[in-house]
Parts: sequence; structure tokens; C-alpha cells
Amino acid sequence: MTYAAIFTIILTPVIILGLATVLTWVERRLLGLWQDRYGPNRVGPGGMFQAVADGTKILFKQDWIPPFADRSIFVAAPAIGMMTVLLSFAVIPVTMGMGIAGDMNVGLLFVLGMMGLGVYAVVLAGWSSNSKYALLGGMRAAAQMISYEVFMGLSLLGVVMMAGSFNLRAIVAAQAGLWFIIPQCLGFGVFMLAGIAETHRLPFDLPEGENELGAGFHTEYSGMKFGMFFIAEYAGIVLVSSLVTTLYLGGWRGPFLPPAMWFTLKTGVMVIFFILLRAGLPRPRYDQLMALGWKVLLPLSLFNVMATGTILMLRAS
Amino acid sequence: MLDTLRTLFLTALHAFHRRATVQYPEQQPYLPPRYRGRIILSREPDGAERCVACNLCAVACPVDCISLQKTEADGRWYPEYFRINFSRCIFCGFCEEACPTYAIQLTPDFEMSEYARPNLVYEKEDLLISGTGKYPDYSFYHVAGIPVPGKPRGASEHERPPVDLHSLLP
Repeated sequence: MTYAAIFTIILTPVIILGLATVLTWVERRLLGLWQDRYGPNRVGPGGMFQAVADGTKILFKQDWIPPFADRSIFVAAPAIGMMTVLLSFAVIPVTMGMGIAGDMNVGLLFVLGMMGLGVYAVVLAGWSSNSKYALLGGMRAAAQMISYEVFMGLSLLGVVMMAGSFNLRAIVAAQAGLWFIIPQCLGFGVFMLAGIAETHRLPFDLPEGENELGAGFHTEYSGMKFGMFFIAEYAGIVLVSSLVTTLYLGGWRGPFLPPAMWFTLKTGVMVIFFILLRAGLPRPRYDQLMALGWKVLLPLSLFNVMATGTILMLRAS
Repeated sequence: MLDTLRTLFLTALHAFHRRATVQYPEQQPYLPPRYRGRIILSREPDGAERCVACNLCAVACPVDCISLQKTEADGRWYPEYFRINFSRCIFCGFCEEACPTYAIQLTPDFEMSEYARPNLVYEKEDLLISGTGKYPDYSFYHVAGIPVPGKPRGASEHERPPVDLHSLLP
């Protein structure tokens, strides 16, 4: 293993965590912009150090474990959530040369597997808290997971079929002529919805649902353990955005600018779109989400797989 | 689906709207003179205290946050102490309505946050201001028909002199 590789491995989580922290500020500023107010603008120029202030504050808060909680699992849950998100970033190819394991030949499967594991963090947190609100949040997370995880994989099958590989770098390479968002627009829509549900973002933040569930699965969490859930959510947004960029928006491809810039730009636009969703849309009931998943999105993604396969077969013959 | 996209578009357009936030400490809001903020005790134009410790404000107060004790000096009444617990006060203004001397008044000052709750109990020294507040010319003893040192009965504004019961003249 070369020094450069070790350097990348150490640098990636640091960058991701820093990015997630800054995103907490960016999100509030953008929400303010779209809701005709300012958001945090006091600490530092334009409120830029708000994230630092919040981090300092959360570090000094009491980190309390309720006596009725299942201690070991209660502690492990946020760590699992953090770990799965950070590990997923290992296979994201930023450019041809950047990224830890961008050339892994089952890269996409690895990401899907890690996202599947990510729900353990939420369910275990809800269960080990031994509180009704947290349990309901965890239960809704489980219900949400079984309704989107299925078609999330299926919606990506179209991309895999067209690229002929699970290798994320190969998928980007296959978009040399045309970004997959055009031939795979159906899959893109389905994956976007699944991705939002995956990160527990609004409008699909049912496991949290603060006005129905207190705070949802992390009701009993405090201090840095809560902070880890919080940061993991923002890292999850970056993850899903970079996945969308890689799979549908041509990854690092683009004229004039250096490849890393293009990747950052596209990911940034996706992140901003995520925040716009939060600014504009109300949260559905969770039976509505499940109905949408099973009755609309699953058939759509199956149709997408069938149509893509048919077209590819016709073109091959 | 189209509704959702339209909502997102309209939300995004809000980026170009004017922001409604008032940047408070730099940009002070205009509050009308009758705004019900911090309570003060005012003085008469000649500098004497207006409050005559009649207790009507304390009686009118729905949350019982006012307490005072009467004392007497130079032939008139004063509050010996006057205490308002602002952590209970609901700023309803009933005390101002009840006050016969315009002594207790609510002002447009709302900046009275404290770190410790006991600091919200204001004593007479904290409440009493040197001016007349909202009624610059009003002086209770000049219109009230009661005698005080230096002002005999019948010397108030618009007051006729007392009738001499022993006189036979009309």
C-alpha cells in the first residue's frame, strides 16, 4: 500500500465529516433564503462559524444514557449509522484517479449493502432506547426500509444493464456519450425518491417526525451520540447526491473545468436540490409512503428493468 | 406529481423575494407609545412621586405580581416599598388602567431579559423614573379635591372653594 493511498483513506472521512458539519449551516441558510428569512448569520462572516459553535456546544453537552436503555446497543447504534455512511464513500470515484476504491468491481453492490445496514442504526437506536416514541420511530424506519430498499436496487438495475458493470468507475465511463439521466429517467426518479427515504430526509423523514414522535428514534439520545446521528444524516445526503452524480449525471465528466470540479459541482447541485425538497414539501403519512412505494414505484422500477432489457436486446440482435 | 414540482419551483422563486426578518439588535422595531412593555413608576412635573400607595394596581393585577406597602410623610401617602415580579407579569396593563394618579405606566421597552430569575424582581428604585412618562402635565394633587401641605381645600384646578356652613350669605 502506497503512502498516497493511506493519505486518501485518512483524508476522505475527515473531508466528509467536515463537509457534513458545514452542511448543517448551508442547509439552514438555504432554508432561510427560500422561506424569506436569514437563518444563522451572527457567528463569523455570514454566520459561517455557526457549525463550529454548534459543534462546540454539542461537545460540552451532557452525554446521558437513560438507565432503562439497553446500554451496549444504545451506544453502538450511532456508531453503526456513522460507520455505514463513511464506509460507503470508499467506493465513490471522485475522478479517474481520486477515491479510495473507485475501481472495486462490485462497488454498487457494496454501497447498496452498506445502505441496507444503515437502517440497523435507526432500528437498534429505536429499540434499545426502550421508549415508546423511539420504538415507534424505529418501527416506522423498518416499515420505510422494506418499502423502498426493494425498488432502490431494482431502479439501479437499468444503469447496471446499460453499463454492463457494477463497477462505479466503469458506469461513469459508460456515460461518455450520454448521461444515464436521459435514457434512465424513470430509474432516476425512482432512485431519487428511494434515496431521499434512505437518508431519512424530508419529506420522508418518518422515523424522526418530530411533531408526532417527539424526535423519533433518537428521542433518548443526547450530546455527541445525537450529534453522530445528525452528522451521519448530512453525510448520507452527500453520499446519495454523489451516487446520483456517479450513476446518472456522468460523474466527473464535463467540458472545460477539471474533473474533480465537475463532480463537486454536480454533487453540490444535488445537495441543494435535497434542501429545496425540505423547504417546499410536507411530510406524507407513513401508510401513504408505503402505498407509493409498493403500488407505484415498485411496478415502475420493474417496468424500467423490462423496458431497458428489451431495448438492449433489440439493439444487440 | 405536477403539483409537487410546481411547489418546488415556487419555493425556489422565494430566493428572489425580500426577507421579512427584522435584524433585531441593529435594527430596532418601532413600537407605538401605547405598547405594553416594561412597567415604570413616574413622577409629577415638579418631581414628587405620583404613586399614593392606594393598592388599586395590586388588586387589579390578575397574576398578583405587584406588592407594595403604604407609608405616610408630610401629610400624604407614599409607597414604602413597591415591588413587581416581572417573571410573573403578563403585561396586561390592568395596573395602568386602575391607577388613579397615572403613576404606574407601561412603556415600549421590552429588552428586559436576565440570566437569573431573581433579577426580574424590580424594586421601587428600579421602577421609579425621573420623568412624567406619558402624561407630562398631569399632577394628581392639583386636580384632586383633597388638601395636602401647601394646597388647602378648594385650591385645585376647576374646584370651587368650600362652602362656609356658618355664613348666612348666598
